[in-house]
Amino acid sequence: MKLPVKMTINGQMYSHEVEPRLLLVHYIRETVGLTGTHVGCDTSQCGACTILMGGQAVKACNFFAVQCDGAKITTIEGLAKNGELHPIQQGFWEKHGLQCGFCTPGMILAAHQMLERYPKPSEEQIRHQLEGNLCRCTGYHNIVKAIQWAAEQMAGKK
Amino acid sequence: MATATIERLIGKSIKRREDPRFITGRGTYVDDVKLPGTTHAVFVRSPHAHARIKKIDTTAAAKHPGVVAIFTGKDMTGVNSLPCGWLLPDLKVPPHMPLASDAARYVGDPVAVVIAETEDAALDAADKVKVTWDVLPAVSATDKADARTSAQIHEVAPSNVAFKWQIGDAGAVDTAFRNAARVVKKKIVNQRLVANPMEPRACLARYDAATGDLTLWVTSQNPHVHRLLMAAFVLGIPEQKVRVIAPDVGGAFGSKIFLYNEETICSWATRQIKRPVRWTSTRREAFQTDAHGRDHVTEAEMGFAADGKIVGLRVKTIANMGAYLSTFAPAVPTYLYATLLNGVYTIPAIHAHVTGVFTNTTPVDAYRGAGRPEAAYLLERMIEAGAAALKMDTVEIRRKNFIPKFDNGFQTQVALNYDSGNYAAAFDKLLRMLDYRKARSDQEAARKQGRFLGIGFSTYIEACSIAPSKVVGSLGAQAGLYESGKVRVHPTGGVTVYTGSHSHGQGHETTFSQLVADELGIPMEQIEIVHGDTGAIPFGMGTYGSRSASVGGTALLMSLNKIKEKGKKIAAHLLEASPGDIEYANGQFQVKGFPGKAVPFGQVALTAYVPHKYPEGLEPGLEETSFYDPSNFCFPFGAHACVVEVDRDTGQVKVLRYLAVDDVGNVMNPMIVDGMVHGGIAQGVGQALLEGAVYDKDGQLVTGSLMDYCMPRADNLPVLKVDMTKTASPSNPLGIKGCGEAGAIAAPVAVINAITDAIGSEDLAMPATAQTVWQALQKANNRREAA
Repeated sequence: MKLPVKMTINGQMYSHEVEPRLLLVHYIRETVGLTGTHVGCDTSQCGACTILMGGQAVKACNFFAVQCDGAKITTIEGLAKNGELHPIQQGFWEKHGLQCGFCTPGMILAAHQMLERYPKPSEEQIRHQLEGNLCRCTGYHNIVKAIQWAAEQMAGKK
Repeated sequence: MATATIERLIGKSIKRREDPRFITGRGTYVDDVKLPGTTHAVFVRSPHAHARIKKIDTTAAAKHPGVVAIFTGKDMTGVNSLPCGWLLPDLKVPPHMPLASDAARYVGDPVAVVIAETEDAALDAADKVKVTWDVLPAVSATDKADARTSAQIHEVAPSNVAFKWQIGDAGAVDTAFRNAARVVKKKIVNQRLVANPMEPRACLARYDAATGDLTLWVTSQNPHVHRLLMAAFVLGIPEQKVRVIAPDVGGAFGSKIFLYNEETICSWATRQIKRPVRWTSTRREAFQTDAHGRDHVTEAEMGFAADGKIVGLRVKTIANMGAYLSTFAPAVPTYLYATLLNGVYTIPAIHAHVTGVFTNTTPVDAYRGAGRPEAAYLLERMIEAGAAALKMDTVEIRRKNFIPKFDNGFQTQVALNYDSGNYAAAFDKLLRMLDYRKARSDQEAARKQGRFLGIGFSTYIEACSIAPSKVVGSLGAQAGLYESGKVRVHPTGGVTVYTGSHSHGQGHETTFSQLVADELGIPMEQIEIVHGDTGAIPFGMGTYGSRSASVGGTALLMSLNKIKEKGKKIAAHLLEASPGDIEYANGQFQVKGFPGKAVPFGQVALTAYVPHKYPEGLEPGLEETSFYDPSNFCFPFGAHACVVEVDRDTGQVKVLRYLAVDDVGNVMNPMIVDGMVHGGIAQGVGQALLEGAVYDKDGQLVTGSLMDYCMPRADNLPVLKVDMTKTASPSNPLGIKGCGEAGAIAAPVAVINAITDAIGSEDLAMPATAQTVWQALQKANNRREAA
């Protein structure tokens, strides 16, 4: 039995009939075809599938697609506007905040919410707020720097 | 026309060219590749560590809607065992079939594959496959594998012994120990780890029935090795009909070197069903089936003279191979471990004996550092024990034993010939960064307030850019260890580079572009780096053992030199000069000393493809290929320091400071090198404090998910302070040594030495969790009270 589901992803409306057990992350990757959202685990520990739902950073593996009927979602593909990188994306590039790039979309979107909550985060706050996201390449050192860089840029813009 | 000197890019922190696609979610990892008509594979795996397979009933599963095919080991006729690529003398090599059909030998051993229209259908059907098991006794503990009472795992390996191997001079150690002032003895356990790259393994196999071509997308560090082993050794299909593509790969750390069951089975199955077959590992499957790392149990003895000089080292190691021999498993605890036991110290006599054993656990193979972290851990724990026994300062005892500076060759007691080293310099720089005296006085002041601070050091040496072929061949490698590099200059002057190295986070698209841009004097935008596709690149050996820049980079350099030599002939003809009078500088071929009399690179490129005015007898085209086989390993080294605070009531360890001085030889991109050092340190701190794969006595993996296996998170680590010394390697023309594994080698023991320094206890097992440290604290307290 399939159920209808509609949601807005990166400003575009999608409408599908899906299996009730289909996870949101698989809906995004397989049904909609946006593969920037990654799957790194099966216990919601790694955060590679982090997206923004109604502006909140959530792990897309923690929802069934049918639970998200009517949701407004931003994935990593929707963060840059008119070809201009978001300051967090720019920060990850400037500060070498990624190596293999697999955790990066989730890290960037987790940082997005972090900087909304704490526009001037301390190093300790950044590290604490990244608790939900695993990276195996960078030792987090340059991820912290990337987020600090982005925070400065965003403060300058305001 | 005089050209301004073009700024050199090598040695600069150039931002990475690959990043824009990753930060916008447009990377292409294996699981992102979609093909029409793809089927989904789900594996039926053994829930038992050791069990005979009595019967596999697929009747009910086959009737499940959406199922395309179900295969068991019995269906895979004509398929051979997964090979072991490193053969030690008298090595016992048991068969390792892609699907086990006689018995399962570890939890996760695949016994059947269900292929269906959707992943859900495959999962549901896999649940309906009924396997009748005859559960057998199992053995998981490394030091119990060869016990008389332990379960026998393979017929070919009595007492579960895979090999017994030794190196060094046992007699010399005996003599040294007889004359030693002190001999310290320790049992040292290097626990089992799981690599856990964030991208799980995945594959997509497509057979084209019309052409007979097989294309395999797979998470691989070495696609040519995958192709060779799978096509020639296991499936028996012509290598030229197989194309292996490793696109963006999300981290690997060794675990994606090896040929695994799953991609082999999917590649076989697509030929049966004539449709693409896809499999992506879940994290749970990754814990059960990605080759694990480390898992040594060692008895070590180190002898000292009264002045603190090391006189000898005796090592007896049992190395757990797991249930089968993974692709390069036997090399890790032998040639990548025992040959590094000379460390950075003058040790006049060394003997090491290594026993490799089979257990009912996931196969063990190379994981970041591979053997070298085990060697560094052992040496640096033993030297600490020596310092304690002789009541010497840990800095002083290290200084006393460093091999003095050398530029070209130091013969160790355990076969290797180090390239160049200046070990004291790196250590001294580290001490200055740390401000050692102040750190000790801070420690004392804290102690007066009842706070337990500890300072730990480690030094290490690494054998990198693993090669040359002749040497590794004589040691049992069934492969050569060169690298290939092809440079194709297009008629418009654009350049495509094909490298046998593979990037899974290392940033080759940037660093190799820097090298090409410098050599040819053209902008990076004119250069494209292609890797990871056997259909495009010459046979290459791939990326592991910190070899890409030194071996792969040199192969490129050779091709670039050939391009320049040919270009000189073309330019000489155009300039009506002799080729010997032409030099290449700043992106143009010019008459020596006359930069005004020149032809730019682009014009030479065009002439090579439109050879109207062209030297007699010279082939058209501008494309060169080179294979570089180095004359020796490279030997990076360094010294790390760690300051911890231990909570005396809970045993919780907090890393307050972490400092590193690494010498990786010449550096192409400092930003990338620092980044790799950071990552390695995090994995090393993870090993010291958090990580450990644990099996119960029946062989169940109790740390089978990220909920149970603790990976380092951002708040487990402090700001890392990393710096370098630079001692060029004479082993390759770039002077590069390699940087990929440094942190993972040096960090575990720096952290453990810091904790033992804080709590005044000699014995501490990794991972040093709060509970472990608290227990060690109690023991130390009890000892003090008793004394």
